[in-house]
Amino acid sequence: MTIAPFIIEVLQFVILLCVAPLFAGWAKMLKCWSQGRTSPGLFQPYRDIVKLFSKDVALAENASWIFRFTPYLVFGSAVLVGGIIPILSTDLPLAATADVIVLVALFAIARFFTALAGMDIGTAFGGMGSSREMMISSLAEPAMLMAIFTISLAAKSTSLSQMVQVIYSGQSLFRPSIAFALLAFILITLAETGRIPVDNPATHLELTMIHEAMILEYSGRHLALMEWAGMMKLFLFVSLGIAAFFPWGIAPAGDLAAIPVAFIFLLLKLCIAGIFLVLIETGLAKMRLFRLTEFLGAAFLLATLGMLSHFILE
Amino acid sequence: MSEPIDLAFSAIILLLSAPVIAMLLNRSQHLLITAGFSLAVAASALAVAAGVWTVSNGTANKMILVAGLPDLPFHLRLDPLSGFFVVVIGLLSLFVSIYSIGYAKGFLGQRRITSLVIFYCIFIAGMFMVVLADDALIFLISWEVMAAASYFLVMFEDERIENRRAALLYMVVAHVGAIAILLSFGVMAGLATGFKDFSGYTFDAMRASQFPVEWAAVAFFLAFFGFAAKAGVIPLHVWLPEAHPVAPSNVSALMSGVMLKTAIYGIVRVTFDLIKIFPWWWGAVVLVFGLVSAVMGVLYALMQHDLKRLLAYHSVENIGIILIGIGLAMIFASVKLPLLAALALIAGIYHTLNHAMFKGLLFMGAGAVLHATHERNMEEMGGLIHSMPWTAALFLVGCISISALPPFNGFVSEWLTFQAFLLSPSLPGSLLKLLMPMGAALLALTGALAAACFVKAFGVTFLGHWRGLRKPRVREANWPMRLGMVMTALVCLFLGIMPTLVIEWMDTIPGQLVGSKMGTSAGAFGWMWLTPITHERASYSGIIVFLGILAVVVISYLLLHVKPGTIQRVPIWDCGFEKISERMQYNAASFSMPIRRIFGFLFSIRQRVRPVGNGHSAFPKRIHYSLRIRDRFWGWLYRPVADVSFWVSRKVGRLQQGRIQAYLIYSFVTIIVLLVFSI
Amino acid sequence: MNLHLAAQIISFLAALVLLTAFGMLVQRRMYGLIHLFAWQGLFLSISTALVGFVAGKHHLYISSLLTLTLKVALLPYILHILVQRLRIHKEIETVVNVPTTMLIGIALVIFSYHLTAPVREISTLVTRSILAVALASVMIGLLMMITRKHAVTQIIGFLAMENGLFFAATSATYGMPLVVELGVALDVLIAAFIFGIFFFHIHTTFDSLDVEQMARLKEGD
Repeated sequence: MTIAPFIIEVLQFVILLCVAPLFAGWAKMLKCWSQGRTSPGLFQPYRDIVKLFSKDVALAENASWIFRFTPYLVFGSAVLVGGIIPILSTDLPLAATADVIVLVALFAIARFFTALAGMDIGTAFGGMGSSREMMISSLAEPAMLMAIFTISLAAKSTSLSQMVQVIYSGQSLFRPSIAFALLAFILITLAETGRIPVDNPATHLELTMIHEAMILEYSGRHLALMEWAGMMKLFLFVSLGIAAFFPWGIAPAGDLAAIPVAFIFLLLKLCIAGIFLVLIETGLAKMRLFRLTEFLGAAFLLATLGMLSHFILE
Repeated sequence: MSEPIDLAFSAIILLLSAPVIAMLLNRSQHLLITAGFSLAVAASALAVAAGVWTVSNGTANKMILVAGLPDLPFHLRLDPLSGFFVVVIGLLSLFVSIYSIGYAKGFLGQRRITSLVIFYCIFIAGMFMVVLADDALIFLISWEVMAAASYFLVMFEDERIENRRAALLYMVVAHVGAIAILLSFGVMAGLATGFKDFSGYTFDAMRASQFPVEWAAVAFFLAFFGFAAKAGVIPLHVWLPEAHPVAPSNVSALMSGVMLKTAIYGIVRVTFDLIKIFPWWWGAVVLVFGLVSAVMGVLYALMQHDLKRLLAYHSVENIGIILIGIGLAMIFASVKLPLLAALALIAGIYHTLNHAMFKGLLFMGAGAVLHATHERNMEEMGGLIHSMPWTAALFLVGCISISALPPFNGFVSEWLTFQAFLLSPSLPGSLLKLLMPMGAALLALTGALAAACFVKAFGVTFLGHWRGLRKPRVREANWPMRLGMVMTALVCLFLGIMPTLVIEWMDTIPGQLVGSKMGTSAGAFGWMWLTPITHERASYSGIIVFLGILAVVVISYLLLHVKPGTIQRVPIWDCGFEKISERMQYNAASFSMPIRRIFGFLFSIRQRVRPVGNGHSAFPKRIHYSLRIRDRFWGWLYRPVADVSFWVSRKVGRLQQGRIQAYLIYSFVTIIVLLVFSI
Repeated sequence: MNLHLAAQIISFLAALVLLTAFGMLVQRRMYGLIHLFAWQGLFLSISTALVGFVAGKHHLYISSLLTLTLKVALLPYILHILVQRLRIHKEIETVVNVPTTMLIGIALVIFSYHLTAPVREISTLVTRSILAVALASVMIGLLMMITRKHAVTQIIGFLAMENGLFFAATSATYGMPLVVELGVALDVLIAAFIFGIFFFHIHTTFDSLDVEQMARLKEGD
């Protein structure tokens, strides 16, 4: 039992915790640049989190234990997911713990508790956020599953490290099913992480907020954990996409020397992903809530086309 | 007590002695509760022991009772499949009986609970007899005992007319189903002996014979129709949301948790054990009914605001999920892929066990809420987490389990079902291969909608503030109720984090039914990891996920509490709005509104908003909002069938002339016809 | 380039053709519809040229060029002018809502795959699996004509059907004889002109090109 995989695992946790706010800062900076505003700086999310940790918690009078427990659970599930996705290397001891479906379920339990926390205080905002969030997630789940199905058809497995290895040994680059699944995955990422055109992460207007509405009553370290977890969720979805569709650069099992190179590749890919994300966010407007059926329906359609292409064309 | 079947049989006898005990203790109701339900506890424990023993053994024992008709004795048999269902029934009745000791105390002083105790024990005994039955005669007798006992239990609070109507509807649908099952057994029994004598009624005779394909299809579909009526598969589901809510909550827990499972037992027994060889399209039919029930069941549940009705519709959904697993198993078995069939079958019956546990837990929690608040309507509840913390936490465990979220048990069976779907590219035909992923997507939709529904149910009932007009004094449930619920919740957790152990125990069942075991691959990577086919294919470790989340939560809590940050209790922030009232909260109808708007085309929904009072119409002082949601199946299926039956009855009723001469003519004509034919 | 790579690229283009067909099915905006049609024509012409290269049939190059001029340049230009002159609304309504249309489209793809299974068994061509996509494109074009309420979208649906047929010809038999191709191309061009003239007339009579309005033409009212 070598110790190297465990070190890699710990490294991944550290990268997750440290680089996720950096990625959020990078996206914010690009967005400000593209809109002609001055950005608050690349490291502003770090300053925000530190500030929130140092503040007191102002807890509503009728908050129950669920409200206090949720930030820790959401944070914990995000960290656990970070230990499963191959960010640096496929040689992770925790990778056998969960496959892609379990990953989706871990995000689902975080969302379940966040929705409950939204309803806990008994305000109209919280209920509204929970209701809309559960609606969006119920539409995004079939699309997500179909995309996973399509990818797993090529890899004959739902285990992430296996998928990375199969794409590495790569028979072909032009598989239409993978391309369709990628498009579907991008749409689903926008929905699950609450970016434009699904939800605006920077708004507090009653008509437009979904995720913000659920965490409206949080303050102090609870809010710090929720915000951090939100940044980690975005980072994790992007790295999941990188691992499933663009895995070149991830160190294969047993190759320790490739890890620093993998880290450089990761940063490079994150930069490009950030540019891409901001292009989408700046180019599109936030959709009406009930137009999201078409948006997520399009995601489902793309994923299904991918699945059908696999059988028909490959 | 040398064989498990003796244990199980003694459990049945113990339960059937309940009427005697009830008669003796009729004066002292208090003592009757304790004695009657403790009897049920003991009997259930014996049965669980028998079942666990049988399934891990993998052997079958038989018993012949001399009761019954002359030359047609009763046969009983306890094999792994029956043993598993004995465990399902016994485990839930064990916990519910402990719960009932506390629950029935709530009826003291209002009504006599003698009938509750008697019929409760007979109901459980009937269910045990159904799964132990080895011939058609005792199967149908036990089926009737089960239906009749549950009828009386549903009618327990019979002073209200809707309860009586619900019980009548239940009885009608149950009997329509029973007739179909009787006909199915008749077909199989007749074919087993070539219609020569009566000895084909035993399941052994049916097992040994080969049925011609058309008659096998007739027998299967009759049996499927009959069992589907009992299981609550759409479109035969209409009795479920009427009957389950009006019964006392411990009875609802049993009815939803285990009575529906006897129907699943029936389907599995008839298909895999008695008919054995079938074409792939039977499995496709079962799969389609399962998918439809799952999706429509959860959508119906989302529209409800009565807590118990919501839970009843979720039973429809979960029966659908079980049928999905069984349908997949049938498809894989018919194309000779036994390992995949074993996986799908394990997924289906694991979900059976899981559903019994978490549905029982949810109904027990709903019963505790009902007892404390005397309210079933969620729109009037809220904030109960502060006054009923135990019930809330245990109900939350049930909510997480039914939403198929790790680390609890619902996730394991749903994960296994997804893995079975993902193996569909191994199927030979092209059409099936393309349509299976759509089925998987529908299952994902169901899971997500179920999570939405339970956020609604838990959030509206327990969180926020009290939404009704006057808040009653609410007390936590008493200790037997809590104990029953805690034990169920612990089993839910165990089933979620130790799936490998459970599957290795259950593995004898697919071994006998489809000819292959999953166990060699399931635990191949180690007892902590569940690897259905191979480790490279997929793996899940429930216990590591559980411990991982626990570890991070504990570590971050400890790290953050090192800082002396204080927690102040302040009024609600609500973005600065000051005049906040309880009526501003989201309730059940508002929470499900987006989903109602998207999927509402499946129901007939009538929504009306009317301003009331004499203010200007743009600034109404009060608004009257009414929402009526109806199940379309009443209009599509039941009303036409009822109309046709009444029409036929009216025509046949012409025979009843009322005059003596007419009846004498009937007898005369019959005698002449018989004489003509005997020549 | 070797056969394997060419086959993969052709499959990829087929997938893109299917994607544009679905895109046209669910697209609400008029200009977007025309652009998608142009893209579909482009993918079609590239794929025809590639098939010509792989199979060694040089007349397919001419077909590809014809498709390029006609379907990527000329027809979209005509439609553009039509939309501008008639001052047509930018948004189009559908008979059934968009998600249902998508599901019907998916069902049609599955159906056409199932239908062409026997052909795949006996064919020896590189492009045999594309027949299913082509057939699906034809049916989706027809679906588009059924589910849209606007006359211009119905002609685009008709043109999409013709695209699908062309694609089917390329994949099943390595193209039709050149004379047939020229004849079909000419017919399509003339049809577009005639449609254009008719639309002007309809527009002046009814003041709109909404198909529902034309239902007023029936006898019993």
